[in-house]
Amino acid sequence: MSKTQQAPGGVRSKGLADYLNDENVRAVIYQIIAIGLVILAGWYLVSNTLDNLERQNISTGFGFLDLEASFGISESMIDYTPKSTYATALLVGLLNTVKVAFLGIVLCTIIGTIFGIARLSSNWIVRKLAAIYVETFRNIPVLLQLFFWYAIIPGAFPAARNALEPIPDVLMTNRGIYIPVPVADNAYEFMGIAAILALIIIYFVKKWADKRLDATGQPFPIVWASVGIFAGLVLVAYLAGGAPTAMDIPELKGFNIRGGYNISPEFLAVLIGLTVYTSTYVAEVVRSGIEAVPSGQWEAADSLGLKRSVSLRKIILPQSMRVAIPPLTNQYLNLTKNSSLAVAVGYPDLVSVSNTTMNQTGQAIEAISIYMAVYLGLSLITSLFMNWFNNKMALVER
Amino acid sequence: MTLPNDTAQSPANATSPFLKIKDLVKKFGDTIALDHVSLSLDRGQKMAVIGPSAAGKSVLLKCLAGVYRADSGNVLIDGVNIAKSSDNNQENWADRIGMLFQQNALFDSLPIWQNVCFQLIENGTLGRKQAKDRAVELLGLVGLDADSALLHPSDLSGGMQKRVGIARAIANSPEILLLDNPTAGLDPVLSNHIENMIDTIARKQNTTVITVTNDMEIAQKRYDFLTMMHEGKVYWHGKRDEISAAQNDHLAQMLKGSAQGPISMRTRNRGQHLVA
Ligand SMILES: Nc1ncnc2c1ncn2[C@@H]1O[C@H](COP(=O)(O)OP(=O)(O)OP(=O)(O)O)[C@@H](O)[C@H]1O
Ligand SMILES: [Mg+2]
Repeated sequence: MSKTQQAPGGVRSKGLADYLNDENVRAVIYQIIAIGLVILAGWYLVSNTLDNLERQNISTGFGFLDLEASFGISESMIDYTPKSTYATALLVGLLNTVKVAFLGIVLCTIIGTIFGIARLSSNWIVRKLAAIYVETFRNIPVLLQLFFWYAIIPGAFPAARNALEPIPDVLMTNRGIYIPVPVADNAYEFMGIAAILALIIIYFVKKWADKRLDATGQPFPIVWASVGIFAGLVLVAYLAGGAPTAMDIPELKGFNIRGGYNISPEFLAVLIGLTVYTSTYVAEVVRSGIEAVPSGQWEAADSLGLKRSVSLRKIILPQSMRVAIPPLTNQYLNLTKNSSLAVAVGYPDLVSVSNTTMNQTGQAIEAISIYMAVYLGLSLITSLFMNWFNNKMALVER
Repeated sequence: MTLPNDTAQSPANATSPFLKIKDLVKKFGDTIALDHVSLSLDRGQKMAVIGPSAAGKSVLLKCLAGVYRADSGNVLIDGVNIAKSSDNNQENWADRIGMLFQQNALFDSLPIWQNVCFQLIENGTLGRKQAKDRAVELLGLVGLDADSALLHPSDLSGGMQKRVGIARAIANSPEILLLDNPTAGLDPVLSNHIENMIDTIARKQNTTVITVTNDMEIAQKRYDFLTMMHEGKVYWHGKRDEISAAQNDHLAQMLKGSAQGPISMRTRNRGQHLVA
């Protein structure tokens, strides 16, 4: 610690040996060496690859994105034909990934919370069933579960000719589930905008109501007000847009179903597989979150004569959130990353589309770097959102 | 050493005392936390429970508050057996009992005013506005100012949390007030204030008070009855002026162990009892 021996204000010239003995200086030197090695290794790999690509006459760069993809994608949330560019194809894959990951996160949270609470039930059967669910699906590799659902789903439903119709105009076949959807119309765009607007207004009204409640104790019917604002604005937008009523209803045409919106078996397999698998982890997170709340909180609630469900909802769960959010974030990230296994059952997610792109263009480095960047981006967005949520919860509860 | 002695309290109304505890037994595995405890008290009477650590004092209060179900024995309030009542009844007699827990057990997720009046809000006695006014009033009783109503438990010092716990215990104007170490960790001025307040409540509302304390002096000065517990049993029970010098010494001796420092309570999980 030669640095600290220096008299305050006194300037003592330091020799090279002094610097080398200084821990801070040494730490910097080690880091420079480490970074240097990494750069060297990276440069070696990249230049090697570039050399090889050049030898195989494959051009580098992202120029290929503007070329015609010339392959079909079985399901897409945006307009896509084989004539579309690779960039569009990759966007289709990205949207499919986001769709399945987002729905999976929502569903696994709901299902996982239910099973997490059920594992603590005072009812023996409920407790055991929940334990079996969690232990079974947690311990089977998720890839196998995807295969399992993909094998089950098409087999469980009849061919299009004999489609099941559990609800009028909803057809279930071995090619997936077909549901009626409204025919595209400007009105729906208006409604979307109105919905977003309504949410923003509700947010501020709620803030104001909370403040008033704390300050004066006067309650404000926030639930009814929110429903009113939301329904009112959306309805106005619908009417303003001309109140379209045309529906696109699925029908049997020849051997196939035409029209409606198709929920493919691939999508279902991936969604169910990821949801079930991740929900078991969410259940464990919820359970340990509840168990982390000191028993005194239950006892105090009991002494006030509160119903168990009220204690759970208003006292225990809010506190267990604090412990549960960070591991929950992990599970969401895992689900998002695991969605790349969709390629195994032929769901056209980002990885699947990228693989096709790679095979056709040979531009492996670019394609892989795109999807790595995308997954990194998705993960970071999830993390940032959960961090924000965590801070908010921590702030409320301290 | 006198045995638990029912005649000691000689209730004014000689038929049956307001609160009657008979042969209460509570076991946790091999631990016998309460070993045939029998006591009785009338309305407006104050009893201090003293005894070394792990004597079963807190378990006794929790059994009375309906937090623990006793293995056997009866707790009769006004002749009604609450130890045998089903869970549905818990809500009814929780209205008649208020309890301060040794570790306060305030609800971390709620602001102070909701902590204090949570029961009254939940059972629909008070609207939120009235609840808040009532909370401020109760906080005033325990010497906390109105500003503290909007804070959260973690914003408060240990002594302040204790007082919020007391405010919560008296919020429903209980007929029986159970206080587990209400003055532990408070300075003498404050603990005097709290004890005065407990006196006033007992007198004005004719509340039966059972207080667990490690402070022999307070117990003897302020409480009508003393109950000495050890290893789950009641060792001595009687009016404070009946206690002899020799017994007094003996009690002081036994208490020494427990008065040495703050008593930490294990946080056990009750998740298993949760109803989904
Ligand atoms: N929920 C529980 N589960 C298992 N054992 C318990 C539980 N509560 C109390 N006990 C046991 O019962 C006995 C009596 O405990 P209790 O908390 O009543 O002691 P106490 O007299 O309040 O002591 P202190 O003065 O330290 O607070 C102890 O041996 C304790 O370990
Ligand atoms: Mg205790």
